[in-house]
Amino acid sequence: MIRVQTEPFDESEAFTLRAGRADVGGLVSFTGYVRDFTQSADVTTLELKHYPGFTETEIAKIVEQSRTRFDILDCLVIHRYGCMAPGDPIVLVAVIAAHRDAAFEAARFIMDYLKTDAPFWKKEIGASGERWIEPRTDDRLARAGWEDLNKGLKQ
Amino acid sequence: MARVLFFGRLTDAAGTEELVIPLPSHARHVSDLNLLLARLYPELGAALEEPHVRVAINQKIAPAKSDPEISDRDEIAFMPPMSGG
Repeated sequence: MIRVQTEPFDESEAFTLRAGRADVGGLVSFTGYVRDFTQSADVTTLELKHYPGFTETEIAKIVEQSRTRFDILDCLVIHRYGCMAPGDPIVLVAVIAAHRDAAFEAARFIMDYLKTDAPFWKKEIGASGERWIEPRTDDRLARAGWEDLNKGLKQ
Repeated sequence: MARVLFFGRLTDAAGTEELVIPLPSHARHVSDLNLLLARLYPELGAALEEPHVRVAINQKIAPAKSDPEISDRDEIAFMPPMSGG
């Protein structure tokens, strides 16, 4: 399931994935939080903009890729938009699988792709103004690592 | 009328998140729209030319560096690099 919302979420929602199931061998859950803003001390707010409809579709494509690639049973992605403060939860990715490797790898794959391919745009807001922030080089490299694996699989 | 959407820093260059404009009949590709927008908003013209800007037509992303066809009923979105998570 994919949810894009402004409201905060409870990290424990991850565990609803395995409710009533006996085929789950492992559950991996990742929560991302708004980090204390390091670039500028006066920044108080992180605002995420999204593209309603398109954002959900693109996240669904990432989830679909992870289902094709890893032997998982189900997953949950919750991503927030709007204004957030340091410490606020921003994204939840939870995956269930029969075996741990698939669950760990799928959760990491989804997060790496969300970082560079999910249609969100981030803006830092503070007393001295506003500034758009874009993906970091190591985010691009993390995604490129999966692409290299793709090429390896096809050879 | 075409609905043109801007995201991220392109919002600042355009001074708005959304423009609703009539497309002249000769404007059949995104590159034609870019020229039109560059005349209206010189700062935006340069920003749209940057290599990492992606375009979606009616919420379907166009291949990188392509010049998709557009019509006067389309929703055309210009998107700088995305950053979720």
